[in-house]
Amino acid sequence: MGFFSFLKNGVKGGRGQAAEGAKAKADRGILIFENTSEVIRAENCLKAAGWPVRVMGPPPEIQRGCDLVIEFPLIERLEIMRLLDEARAVPLEMVPVTGPLLAPVDLFQTVDYGEWLMVRAANMKICIEKATETIVNISGGGCPDVPYLAREMVGKSLAEAPRPREIGHTLCGYALELAHEEIRRQCSAS
Amino acid sequence: MLCIVGTVPDAGFPLVAGPVRRENDRLAIGDRTVAIHRGTPALVGAVLAAATVLPLPPVEAWLVGDIGRGDGSRRLYAHLEAELPRRPWTVVVFHYLQPDVDWHNRVLFAVEKIHPRPVLIADAGFMYAAKMSGQAREYDLFTPDAGELAFLADEDAPHPFYTRGFILHQEERVPELIQRAYCHANAARWLLVKGQTDHLADGGGIHETVAAPASPAMEAMGGTGDTLTGLAAALAASGMPVERAAITAARVNRLAGHLADPTPATQIAAMVRRIPAALKQVLDESGA
Repeated sequence: MGFFSFLKNGVKGGRGQAAEGAKAKADRGILIFENTSEVIRAENCLKAAGWPVRVMGPPPEIQRGCDLVIEFPLIERLEIMRLLDEARAVPLEMVPVTGPLLAPVDLFQTVDYGEWLMVRAANMKICIEKATETIVNISGGGCPDVPYLAREMVGKSLAEAPRPREIGHTLCGYALELAHEEIRRQCSAS
Repeated sequence: MLCIVGTVPDAGFPLVAGPVRRENDRLAIGDRTVAIHRGTPALVGAVLAAATVLPLPPVEAWLVGDIGRGDGSRRLYAHLEAELPRRPWTVVVFHYLQPDVDWHNRVLFAVEKIHPRPVLIADAGFMYAAKMSGQAREYDLFTPDAGELAFLADEDAPHPFYTRGFILHQEERVPELIQRAYCHANAARWLLVKGQTDHLADGGGIHETVAAPASPAMEAMGGTGDTLTGLAAALAASGMPVERAAITAARVNRLAGHLADPTPATQIAAMVRRIPAALKQVLDESGA
């Protein structure tokens, strides 16, 4: 049985936590893309259209390393495929899933350094100067887009800097996007 | 010979492999130069700064441009598979590469052809792939921070992004997480866990800790973990046993940070400049 034949028969999901418990549900599918950048592009497209999708970890059977998949309501597959076709964000595969998927880390840690503020999401940290909201440092992570994101973002204000979701390509880039969103939220709330 | 393997954040940077030298705050390899910013360039910068104090064997950097798409990493993985066994490396450091289990396994297979086997150090993306492959025990040293330690401790997580919530990366839980990482065979022979307190551990437990000098701003600085890994590699290449190299590196890295008097806005090059003084002081105090 080939790799994608195996996928078409459905995957049972992961060893890890279920976002909503371990109860199997036959009403979900996952969209599998070539790389994380395409996942992020498709997620942007689907969320903009109002679809209730979530990025999750792939089942262990198909993990390669730095992976994300999009979980979606299976009954909407035709509408979703039509939208992704129009947006030229076509997945490699769309398969049903019945088991739990790994959920991204959703805890944030904030460190207040007085003149500076740092937020951590998973393994990524972003630090700004409070007075100007200038990004002064990006640290953590291990994927190759982390130094690239730092080069493109450090020295710019939160408003001016490109978003990690726009120029990042990996899970570390996605984690930095979460930290970026959180630090923006904290700045707008203060 | 010391080999440093990693990426630089420039999509147009070709695959280069060869001796590397420092020119002011830049690295020079072949006819290319790279700024000493966070990532593998900071690791190389730390090694070259240490080389002004330590008698080191020849140092080579094997670098490629990759901005996260993985294309450069895959070219470098293929180069490693073909070329790494051809040279008598004593220490090999694997750093920022796109995590890919299949390629990791092919590279590790190639390393097994090198006799005697070099000291293997892994950090960043390559450490993620090493853990996910189930072959972490083949390595001599991993240098995770507390968040990455939680990932090593979570036997199910394929990336730190998926570390389960009940395995929180809190500093006070470092001993428990170390034990869990070894319990599931997801740690190298030695772990140097960097944080407010640095911990040196193996499967028998924590051997040493270093907590001073303390510069809390270093946590916000990009590259402080890269310099630590570079220092451990340089000291191991100078002939120190890997565990002594790791704990000495922790002391030097902290002192270099302290000497740079950092704020959260300080850039890593400022700390790299302090490494020679810090290394000399630590070696003098230890009588080495």
